Amino acid sequence: MGNLPSILTPDIGLLFWMFLAFVVVFIVLARFGFPVIINMVEDRKRYIDESLRKAHEASERLENIRKEGETILQEAREKQSLIMKETAETRDAILEKAQEQAREESTRLLTDAKKQIEVEKQNAIRDIRIQVAELSVQIAEKVLREKLSSDEQQMRMINRLLDEVSEA
Amino acid sequence: MKQIKLILLLLLISLSPLQLLANINEAGGDEINIPEIVLEHLSDSYEWHIASYEGKHISIPLPIIVRSRVTGDWYVGTAHNLPKNFFFDETHHGKIYEKIMDGGTVRPLDLSITKTVAQIWIVVIMLIFIFLFCARWYKKRNEKSDAPRGFVGIMEMFVVTIHDELIRPSVGEKYYKQYAPYLLTVFFFIFTCNLIGLVPFFPGGANVTGNINVTLFLAVCTMIAINLFGNREYWKEIFWPEVPLFLKFPVPLMPVIELFGVFTKPFALMIRLFANMMAGHAVILSFTCVIFLGWSMGIGYGIGLNMFSALMLLFMNLLEVLVAFVQAYVFTMLSAVFIGLAHKEHHSTE
Repeated sequence: MGNLPSILTPDIGLLFWMFLAFVVVFIVLARFGFPVIINMVEDRKRYIDESLRKAHEASERLENIRKEGETILQEAREKQSLIMKETAETRDAILEKAQEQAREESTRLLTDAKKQIEVEKQNAIRDIRIQVAELSVQIAEKVLREKLSSDEQQMRMINRLLDEVSEA
Repeated sequence: MKQIKLILLLLLISLSPLQLLANINEAGGDEINIPEIVLEHLSDSYEWHIASYEGKHISIPLPIIVRSRVTGDWYVGTAHNLPKNFFFDETHHGKIYEKIMDGGTVRPLDLSITKTVAQIWIVVIMLIFIFLFCARWYKKRNEKSDAPRGFVGIMEMFVVTIHDELIRPSVGEKYYKQYAPYLLTVFFFIFTCNLIGLVPFFPGGANVTGNINVTLFLAVCTMIAINLFGNREYWKEIFWPEVPLFLKFPVPLMPVIELFGVFTKPFALMIRLFANMMAGHAVILSFTCVIFLGWSMGIGYGIGLNMFSALMLLFMNLLEVLVAFVQAYVFTMLSAVFIGLAHKEHHSTE
């Protein structure tokens, strides 16, 4: 034993102090040192995983929302074009109808006007006729008066008239 | 390249005063006994030697605590005023021995704070300080705050690497949690002891993990952890392994071998750590001694060997930093693997 170097000889004192020191450091570190660090790191890892998962979900949801929005937009566009088309049709129909009505109205007005004109014309013709008749009678009177101013002429007239009657 | 030459030159100049020292030694008539010097530096002592100057030793006295075998009295003090009945026995590595009545000597109960013990306590205080400092950082924060930076960040990375990459796969997913604090403590204790042992002046320099008592204690701790918590499957593997019947009955050949294995595993742990760290220290000390040896042989040898040993010292110190980590890692890994083996699942019979 004496020939062995001292680092190879067991020593009660050193073992005792080693035991004490190691127990102290083990108790302190195992209670207050390592678990704090390890737990925190694991908590952080869990938190990061959770956050990643949440972010992933959120982005997925966002994607869904975007798609939904696009669908809605598409639908709205379709509806808009449909409404536009309907509106155009309705407008055309209304226009058509209005034109029809206008045409009818104008035709009616025209007809009425024509009738009025016809009536007026007839009235005018009648008036003219009466006036012409009166005038012609007056002229005839005047002419007759002129022509029959002499007896001879009156006689010739009577004769001729008589001739005509007798010929008839 | 220029800088390397400059460094070598500076080294040469700074080392040349050592010649004087070597000459003094020579004048004193002492041959430089390298094995003795190396062993002396590796050994435990009752004072912390710092430097020698003109033949005087400057050292920190450490408390001596001994209990007499004869009277049963305790003595607490320093080496300077040791009671008459105690003396440093040079034939027993300078340990304290007690004279008894019939002229013989006996080893008293010696609980002195020796250099190694002081070094162990320095390491313990450092570890507690470092990890409580880190733990305090976490106390003020929760998992939503940023990861730590700087020193706490490095320690976190270190702890988590050992925990996740070494302990968890070695012990096994199911049981690693209950052994992690012990294995982490062992790792950081050994690593800090190894590293601080490389510092050549006061707060470090003691050969802790290169002392068989320390590695013996650590190996016994691991042995207890292995065998105390081993499950039924583990004990069955030892006493009734799945081998052909004639190997275990009537002569229990395999159980004896397995039982032997229970003790060889921690023994291997103990010897591996001890031998590696002791050898590392011894090589560094030897190369340091080569400097003095060279100067004592003459100026030519002095310059040549100086260069050589300075370069080798640099290399060895760097290597030892690596070894400090590797040995702590290996000790922890083997402990973890052995513990994992003691928790084996029942494997299928084929």
